[in-house]
Parts: sequence; C-alpha cells; structure tokens
Amino acid sequence: MKQQEFIQAALAPDAPIPAGLITPSGAPAQRRFDVYRNNIIVGLKEAIAASYPAVKSLVGDAFFEAMTGDYVRAHAPKTPILPLYGDDFAEFIEGFAPASRLPYLADVARLEFALRQSYHAADTRPVPAAEFSDPLLFTRQVVLAPTVIWLASTYPVTQLRRFTLDGDRPSGGAEDVLITRPGYDPVATAFPHGTIAVLDALRNGMALANAAELAPTELDLSQFLGTLLKGGAIIDILEGDHDV
Amino acid sequence: MLDQTKQLPMGVGVGYKSKHFSNISEGDHPVKWLEIHAENYMGEKGAAGGRPMAQLRALSDRFPISVHGVGLSIGGEGRLDPDHLARLKHLIDEISPASFSEHLAWSTHDTAYFNDLLPLPYTAKTLARVCDHIDEVQDRLGRQMLLENPSSYLAFAESTYGEVEFLRAVVKRTGCGLLLDVNNVFVSANNLRIDAHDYIDAFPHEAVGEIHLGGHDEDQDEDGAPLLIDSHGREVADPVWHLYTYALATGGPKPTLIEWDTDVPEWDVLASEAARAALRLEQVLV
Repeated sequence: MKQQEFIQAALAPDAPIPAGLITPSGAPAQRRFDVYRNNIIVGLKEAIAASYPAVKSLVGDAFFEAMTGDYVRAHAPKTPILPLYGDDFAEFIEGFAPASRLPYLADVARLEFALRQSYHAADTRPVPAAEFSDPLLFTRQVVLAPTVIWLASTYPVTQLRRFTLDGDRPSGGAEDVLITRPGYDPVATAFPHGTIAVLDALRNGMALANAAELAPTELDLSQFLGTLLKGGAIIDILEGDHDV
Repeated sequence: MLDQTKQLPMGVGVGYKSKHFSNISEGDHPVKWLEIHAENYMGEKGAAGGRPMAQLRALSDRFPISVHGVGLSIGGEGRLDPDHLARLKHLIDEISPASFSEHLAWSTHDTAYFNDLLPLPYTAKTLARVCDHIDEVQDRLGRQMLLENPSSYLAFAESTYGEVEFLRAVVKRTGCGLLLDVNNVFVSANNLRIDAHDYIDAFPHEAVGEIHLGGHDEDQDEDGAPLLIDSHGREVADPVWHLYTYALATGGPKPTLIEWDTDVPEWDVLASEAARAALRLEQVLV
C-alpha cells in the first residue's frame, strides 16, 4: 500500500479504509484505522488551539472546534515544527463564511501568529541604546532583529486580543502594530495608522532619519524609537551613509 | 559539537515540559536526565531562540539531555527532508545531547507533516528503506541513533517480518541502537493479540539504549474488545509496570524515561512516577 493512499483515507472521515489493513483475525481494520484519523485531526487542532487562544476565546469553543477541523483537513503543516504551523490560518478565516460576521477575526489571528513567531525567533544581540546618542547613526542603515514583526489592521487588534485576557471593551479604530521582544516575552504596541511605512522602509535599507520622514503626523517618534530600543529591535548598524 | 563520551546515566529521566522548569532546576527529586522533543527547539532557518531555548541551555548544563525526534519520518516512502536533518544537526551540535532517538514510523508525505506516528508494513522493501534513512541520519549526525518500537493499532496483510525480527535486521544492517518503549509493547500486544512477554523475550536487549514508560487510554475495537491507545496522558498502567520489571529482569538495567505529553500533571505527580521507576531500576542494579 502506498502512504499516499493511507493519508488520503485518513484525512477523509467517510472514505473507505485502504485494503490490506487488518485486525488480528484478518478482517478490515475499520475501527482501528479511525484511531489514526482521530489522532491526526485532534493533534493538529490542538496545535492550532495552542497558537490562537484569542481567536478561540472570541468565537467560543464549539465554533473554534468546527473551524479548525475544516482548516486542518485542508491545510496540513508544511513543516514538523509545530510553532510555525498555522501561517495561513488568518487567510483561511477570511474565506470561512460562518466567521464573516467577525470581520476583525483574521487580523486577531495575524497578531497571535506574529506574537508566536517573535516568541520563538532566534536570539540576537541588540545595539546598546547608549550608542544612539551619536546623531550620525541616524543616517546609517540598520538591521532589525528577527523578533521584530509588524502588521496593520483596520481594527483595534491589540485591544481585541487584550479583551480576551482581561475583559476590557475595545475602543478606537485602525492600528499599526509593532511587536518587539524585550527579554523573552513579546510585546505588541499599537501605533497610529501609517506607522508601518517607517518599518517597511527600515527593512528595505532606508536610514532611520529618512524613514522617520514617512511617519504619520500623529506618531510620537520618540515613543516609537523608545519601543524599538527597549525591545532590542536594532541589532546592527551598517557602515557608511545611506541617503535615499 | 557532539560529545560521544556522553551517555544517559543509569537512572530515570522525564519528558521535559516548560511548566516544570523551576521544579526541575530547584528541587530535590529522583530525575537524573531529561528528554526533549527536537522539533520544539527548531526554527525555520535553523536555531529557535527565546525562552524555550534559554531554558534548554540552562538545563543542559546540569542534566544529560536525550533529544527525541518526531518529525524525521524514518519510515516514510520519500527521502528524508534535508532541511529538517540540517536543523536537527544544528540543535544537536548546540546542546551536545547524550542520546538521539527517533521512531519506526512515518509522519510526513510529500511536503506535508501529519503530527502523528503512522505505521508501515514490515517487508524487505520497507526494511531497505528504513535502513537507508537510518544510515543517512547516522552519517549526517556523526553518531549512533536509537530507533523506537511503535504502538500498533492494526496490522498490514503484506507484512512478511514480525516487528522484533524487523528491528533486529535494522540493528544488524545499520548499527543503530533501539529504544524499547514498554508501554508501546503492551499496547501493540493487546491490539494485535500477541504475547507481550514473548515480544520482550525476543527483543535484542543488547542494542537497547533507553526504555520508555508512559500511560495509555482504553477504547474498544470492532468486536467490543479492548483497543488500547498510546496517549501519554496519564500514569503508567499497572500491567505496564509489571512488563517493565520483566524487561529489566530479561535485558538488564537501562536508562528509563517517563513520558507524559498531554494533560501534563503537576511536578509532584510526574516525580512520583519517576520514583516508582527508579525503585524498580535500583532493584536490578544491586
């Protein structure tokens, strides 16, 4: 029997079991094959539940069970590293009709996945904050830590996530979210809409001083820079000026 | 680097869970070594970081570590994933474990990973494939690996080898060691209606570098007879303790692990399971 045949039948709950799988008496091992069916689906659903506690809390256990069941059957992990599993769960939610009444849900999923990636990201050594007293450094290209992740949402996603933890009602609107990892626990900080243009520019090699010019007027630049430095976000400053 | 002089101590270890970090670091307990699941400490491009890796580094300074893989898919039809093997090599070089083990099972197909240990028939063809994969792993890691006997729920009509016979042939061809999971023997023996003591009698104990003990659940098969499920979610069952004692009497003392992966209990419960195993191990050591 081909493993392809085994796995296809395992992922399809109503498919006949592959020939040649037998009980001790030689009969087709229907009930026994279901053990594998169950183990695969339950294991993958648990992995998704571990990554998306806020999504689960917002939709409730029964809804989450049904939604993740559909997801894991159609989207097996592409890697044995389960903390990386679920990278397209947000896109799945966007196309999952029963969740359409919660238009912010996909962005909450994006935020949770980003927090998880930051938590597991490789360790790096930040540039000491004291070095930034030299204004010359603001004309240099910087390298951001792999723990630094950002996303933009038209919803107050950090507040929606916090609501699942402490019950505070969300308010406000669009957020650009910057995730940094001071120490071991990632922090998601909300900034005004448009802020991620600065981060995109930094990642594309623009110097800090030039990137800052892209910031929306509402952005408190010193708070923004403080969040980056406190989060150990800048891990290298490259030699030479980088006027863009 | 890999330290070939390291080996698991002749004592009891537990599967490491981060919620027990402080208990393990601070407490007075019977646990002499720790086992980790390799994939929990990997990043896409090599090293993972953050708290999990920091805790592992701290523990590996104080305890011998066994790296237990679940994602290599040794029994898979396809070739081993070179990226995954590279990540494994990276982890092993970094923490210099006392042992590395994997399963006689498959868990990936094409590029998809199914997060379960799936069964394979035992034939000349699958034997050749498993041996090729183990040769590749041992070459790449530069060390011997241990191969674990699986929990079985069904049999393959096409199998031409018994499981112990298959494992013996793998050891002979590749020089790998074995990880004897006594709970798996008990579960498979019940489910396939074979005699667990015969299995232990026939097992090549000289190749065994480690024993696993864990809990199982009970379900029912097609005929209403007990179907045991390897769940690692509770205490080791009494008949499995008896079979462990029998395995020690037959094969001699071996480093022994308590596995508890789902519904992970408070530390005291796990430590008392470890103490139970330590007591039995000490009886064959004196």
